[in-house]
Amino acid sequence: MLFDGLDPLVLARIQFGFTVSFHFIFPSFSIGLASFLAVLEGLWLRTGKPLYHDLFKYWLKIFAIAFAMGVVSGIVMSYQFGTNWAVFSDKAGPVVGPLMAYEVLTAFFLEAGFLGVMLFGMERIGRKLHFFATLMVALGTFISAFWILSVNSWMQTPTGFEMAANGQFMPGDSWLAIIFNPSFPYRLVHTVLAAYITTAFVVGGVGAWHLLKDRTNPHARKMFSMAMWMAALVVPAQIVMGDAHGLNTLEHQPQKIMAMEGHFESHPDGAPLILFGIPNSAEKRVDYAIEIPKASSLILKHSLDAPMAGLDTIPDDQEPPVGIVFWSFRIMVALGFAMLGIGLWSLLARFRGKLYDWQWLHRAALLLSPAGFVAVIAGWITTEVGRQPYVVYNMLRTADAASPLAAPAVATSLIAFIVIYFVVFGAGIAYIFKLMRKSPQMDEVGVKRGDQGPIRTSGITPGLTQNPTNDADGYTIANPDEPHDGDRS
Amino acid sequence: MNVNVDLTTVWAFIIAFAVFAYVVMDGFDLGIGILFPAFKAGPDRDRAMNSIAPVWDGNETWLVLGGGGLFAAFPLAYAVILPATYPLIIAMLLGLVFRGVAFEYRWRDPGHRRWWDAAFTGGSIIAAMAQGMTLGALLQGVTVVDRAYAGSWFDWLTPYTLLTGLGTVAGYALLGSTWLVWKLDGAGQALARSLGKGAAWATILLMGSVSLYNLLLNPEYADRWLTAPELYFAAPVPIATGIVALLLLRALSTERHSKPFWLALGMFFFGMAGLGVTIWPNVVPPALTIWDAAAPERSQIFMLVGVAITMPLIIGYTAWTYWVFRGKVGHEGYH
Ligand code: HDD
Ligand code: HEM
Ligand code: HEM
Repeated sequence: MLFDGLDPLVLARIQFGFTVSFHFIFPSFSIGLASFLAVLEGLWLRTGKPLYHDLFKYWLKIFAIAFAMGVVSGIVMSYQFGTNWAVFSDKAGPVVGPLMAYEVLTAFFLEAGFLGVMLFGMERIGRKLHFFATLMVALGTFISAFWILSVNSWMQTPTGFEMAANGQFMPGDSWLAIIFNPSFPYRLVHTVLAAYITTAFVVGGVGAWHLLKDRTNPHARKMFSMAMWMAALVVPAQIVMGDAHGLNTLEHQPQKIMAMEGHFESHPDGAPLILFGIPNSAEKRVDYAIEIPKASSLILKHSLDAPMAGLDTIPDDQEPPVGIVFWSFRIMVALGFAMLGIGLWSLLARFRGKLYDWQWLHRAALLLSPAGFVAVIAGWITTEVGRQPYVVYNMLRTADAASPLAAPAVATSLIAFIVIYFVVFGAGIAYIFKLMRKSPQMDEVGVKRGDQGPIRTSGITPGLTQNPTNDADGYTIANPDEPHDGDRS
Repeated sequence: MNVNVDLTTVWAFIIAFAVFAYVVMDGFDLGIGILFPAFKAGPDRDRAMNSIAPVWDGNETWLVLGGGGLFAAFPLAYAVILPATYPLIIAMLLGLVFRGVAFEYRWRDPGHRRWWDAAFTGGSIIAAMAQGMTLGALLQGVTVVDRAYAGSWFDWLTPYTLLTGLGTVAGYALLGSTWLVWKLDGAGQALARSLGKGAAWATILLMGSVSLYNLLLNPEYADRWLTAPELYFAAPVPIATGIVALLLLRALSTERHSKPFWLALGMFFFGMAGLGVTIWPNVVPPALTIWDAAAPERSQIFMLVGVAITMPLIIGYTAWTYWVFRGKVGHEGYH
């Protein structure tokens, strides 16, 4: 058959990497956005300023789309373990399965249950109760991150288990040793901060875009200002966290650091920091390297002359692919510093009273609005590819973890995933852009009740407005150029 | 049939509960998708959709619990079933992608609303069919060698699995239509009622044929149903199903609102109970019993604590959200 020549393992890996990367785009936005919405609604309740309510309704519509995409792509993930990594599922199920079950019980039900109320319930329950629902959704996204990152971290740095005679990983005496495995705290903080940063740059980018069109736009000002506070405060924290994460990785997964740093050779007296270069795995060296002598030892060991082992100390069949890890790590770090630059620049502008006037700042923020997503995916690629060739570090090789599937089956499903994801999520992303292109409006009134007959709109439905137009199916829809923000009030 | 109550049995019942909760809750969502083309584009469709928009995500979460719970409590079963039914699972997932996003997209893009409506229907039918066929593929038996699936690529495609697939589509349509009888009024409700009758008949016929087919499929199944003393446990199930079916048909012919829905749930309940009798104590017939596939005790206990604490809360707030959105759709007070 057509795909018989391909290796099913490689296809399964591509499929997993593709679906999980696509999935993670949405959580990294919705984790941050859920918290942002909670903040906006809280500010609205406290101050009573309609501005916050307008912003809340504006971002809620975007959140609804992003969340729906997160849910459907996530459901795919929860079955990918069994479809494509059956051996892994059988062996590691007793350890990671319960953690994922806890995620469903404590997070997914919470998010999904309160989401409906958050999106559609404003008129049916009081404001306080609605705020509570928003908080529960935000909390749910965080709890979800907690468990799934615990699972992933356990696969990176497994602890607290025993091996059973039938080859399964068995939980040991303490579940806490499994849940709080050595890399988990670092990965949790780093990833949740990454989600906040991602969201902040999206919000800031939208604010910047509308400021560039009209620098007096009050909604745009508020968004931009809030986002720039986040950028100024959270990005530095993220860099500090990233450094700590790296030290932890050096301790527990040294080969990953060797690959990230491009250290093919050991350096007995101080390892250089390679800024750029082209890793050449065949020759085991980095070509055209631009390096700062001894700086790597300084960062990772806090001493200029500290010796550092290189990949020459690792058997070839245990080395991760160097090129990918080397580059993805540099992309993440470079974006981190670029975002830091924006944060500092915005502080300068703010203290000069020019936050809403410096157009180059706005342009730069607009340019970097997708940077969070890129950094997040680059970070995950570093983490995951750097763990290779293992799926459970040092314990179970990826090659031994795959399902007994034939290449044609995996190839067909892979193609289906690629085509359908691009169509479906492409459309969703386009709808999000469409919503972002419009500015939030001042004093939007909700659909007036009672004076226009029965109200058939669901909360996110474009409702009846003052000048309705009819579409081909005879729907009464809001004029597409009119803002719809009132619908949810 | 000896049920000795140990942790593994408890877990088998928890998973069965999750699957049942999924089937009835997402069942009516998918059913509405299946019946969607019968409703005229415009307010009728919108109201049908709006009757589930606030709750579908919570309903679908039971599927994640069913899958995740299986992974956690019976990892070997999870590792065998999913490769064995690989194309069905992938089709189901992709179907769920389409119909899940349709809820939002159809409002965002009036120009392509017909497409997203079609995606909603297509996705719902594919997901329902795939779920039913997966069940059939499981019931007809899965080849397992050395803790892994060892059958061939199209084992899941047989007349029997097509029958179970169609039965599931019909059953979901029944749940969806009775839900709409409850949530709509006027012309929409009348249409739902007549769709409900058709779906009820189709469900009864298909459920009956699947049950008979089961007896032919595997002598062990026939034994279980047709010899004493098992017969005494088993016989009440089809009898009860028959009675509920009759009540359901009657309720659909009268001006009842919520009653048909509850009766349809009853039919599903007895259908599931019948399945339980057929399959017990296997989780992957004929090769693996629940004890063969079970996770170690420490995993089971750890999760049981979680279930005991969270399940009452989950049921509580889920009930609350349904209560918030109670009543007929599309009238003053809704949204
Ligand atoms: C750091 C966070 C994070 C990471 C690493 C992952 N997810 Fe995720 N996932 C979320 C954070 C999240 C979330 C924020 O909770 C989502 C995103 C949008 C949403 O609806 O919830 C979600 C949704 C979501 C859903 C749908 C939940 C529902 O029905 O409401 C499932 C089944 C999964 N995910 C499963 C997975 C699996 C199996 C992953 C690993 C391979 C995974 N997620 C990685
Ligand atoms: C959401 C963020 C994540 C992203 C973007 C991501 C990305 C990736 C990528 C790109 C690979 C392929 C690596 C390779 O084959 O070279 C991979 C592999 C893998 N990841 Fe992750 N991952 C994420 C989270 C997780 C989590 C939370 C888990 C576990 C619960 C996980 C489990 C795995 C497994 C089992 C593999 C092995 C398959 C393989 O090596 O290809 N991943 N991931
Ligand atoms: C600029 C300074 C940064 C440093 C030094 C840094 C460091 C690291 C390191 C060492 C890892 C790999 C950890 C491992 O698997 O062992 C990592 C992973 C990751 N990074 Fe960064 N990072 C930085 C900035 C960022 C930024 C700005 C983002 C996103 C906004 C980000 C998102 C991620 C993500 C999502 C992962 C994968 C999950 C994890 O392992 O935590 N990082 N980072």
